[in-house]
Amino acid sequence: MTDLTWGLWELLLNGVWLTVQLTVLSALLGAAVAFVVGAARTHRLRSVRFLSGAYMEIFRGTSALVLMFWIFFVLPVAFGWQLLPMWAAVLALGLSYGAYGSEIVRGSLAAVAPAQQEAGIALSFSPWQRLTKIVLPQAWPEMIPPANNLLIELLKGTALVSIMGVADITFGASLVRNATGQSAPVYTIVLVMYFVLAFVMTRGMRVLERHAKAGVGQAPPAKSFGVRRQVTVPRQADASRDVPTTGGAS
Amino acid sequence: MSWDWSAVSEFMPRLWEGVLLTLQALVLGSLIAFALGLVWALAQRSSLKIVSWPVTAVTEFIRNTPLLVQLFFLYFVLPEWNITLTALVAGVVGLGLHYSTYTAEVYRAGIDGVPVGQWEACTALSLPRSRTWSAVILPQAIRRVVPALGNYVIAMLKDSPMIAIIGALEMLGQARQFSAETFQPTEPITVIGIVFILIAYPASLLMRALERRLVH
Repeated sequence: MTDLTWGLWELLLNGVWLTVQLTVLSALLGAAVAFVVGAARTHRLRSVRFLSGAYMEIFRGTSALVLMFWIFFVLPVAFGWQLLPMWAAVLALGLSYGAYGSEIVRGSLAAVAPAQQEAGIALSFSPWQRLTKIVLPQAWPEMIPPANNLLIELLKGTALVSIMGVADITFGASLVRNATGQSAPVYTIVLVMYFVLAFVMTRGMRVLERHAKAGVGQAPPAKSFGVRRQVTVPRQADASRDVPTTGGAS
Repeated sequence: MSWDWSAVSEFMPRLWEGVLLTLQALVLGSLIAFALGLVWALAQRSSLKIVSWPVTAVTEFIRNTPLLVQLFFLYFVLPEWNITLTALVAGVVGLGLHYSTYTAEVYRAGIDGVPVGQWEACTALSLPRSRTWSAVILPQAIRRVVPALGNYVIAMLKDSPMIAIIGALEMLGQARQFSAETFQPTEPITVIGIVFILIAYPASLLMRALERRLVH
């Protein structure tokens, strides 16, 4: 670690700032896409459901990196649209991670008790009012833990933009590597930087989840250390003596 | 928009090579991920803190850092320590190692899902530990997590183009090379994007069908 001068550290730290910006912007775009597509998949019109389902399958089916190559190299040649690298990166990440997010939104909307919808119909709420005033406020605490996992996947996905020359942490790492001629220190530092970012994000989402659950009168989630995530696998039917697991629509 | 079908047909032989290499990397990577994930899952359950704690820390670290940087680490740092891997080997090891930390969580959930009664029955029959695991717990645990493991294989497929960045000529690598030679990026990149969907979509339908059969 001796060869890292202040100037090289500055490269890495500027990279951290750019990675944070990229993550936040793509997460905002991704969340918007996820809510629109996820809600559209519960729409009463078959055509809307089909279109949103097709969007989800296409963008989830292909690789985020290939999509990014497409936006960077094919869009300018084929359509004559040249986006700034930063915005092309945000677009690629937001569109593909939004498709993953739409499944989270759809799942947690579907997990709200049907009686809530029926009560809304009985009170002659419009479909929009039912969605925004009844279903979403109850569904969104359920969305936070899977959204946290997805957010970390997104953070990891931002490393791809370095290939396109966007100066994020990974890009800074390759510059530092070229400058010092040593790979081990800089890549170790960079991995630790990503881990710290993921850790901070998980802590933030925990706080958000506690607030969200308190807002709809549910108990706060069990405390656990670190960034451990939960994989939900359906349990066997005769596991009644086990402690019931929380969460998950499955 | 200009679309040149002759470029598509010229790209076809290379696409085929790329598909084969992608599938090769995927199969080898999955084997590493399945085997290593089980090792991690069992080590995390160990009652020895000196085993379970470092394994948990390492898997958390690998899972929460980008695969691309890990690939760079394998490809650029290991040669400094006199271990030189080819791009494909580094890619396969990277994919396998990264996804083993996910499959470890899947196995853990599967093992936790085996009813306590099964453990108690093993105790009652005084089965040795190895037999408890190999004949009772793991067969029940793994059967239920097959679809979840399959979903991670699909996720690995979609991360596999990253190994093109360190120089393996899988689908994206072939497409990059082709567009660098012919200055026609539109056709190869669009085609491989579609090929990914053509592989991933039926595979995910298969996993949903398996889930209905094996889990419920």
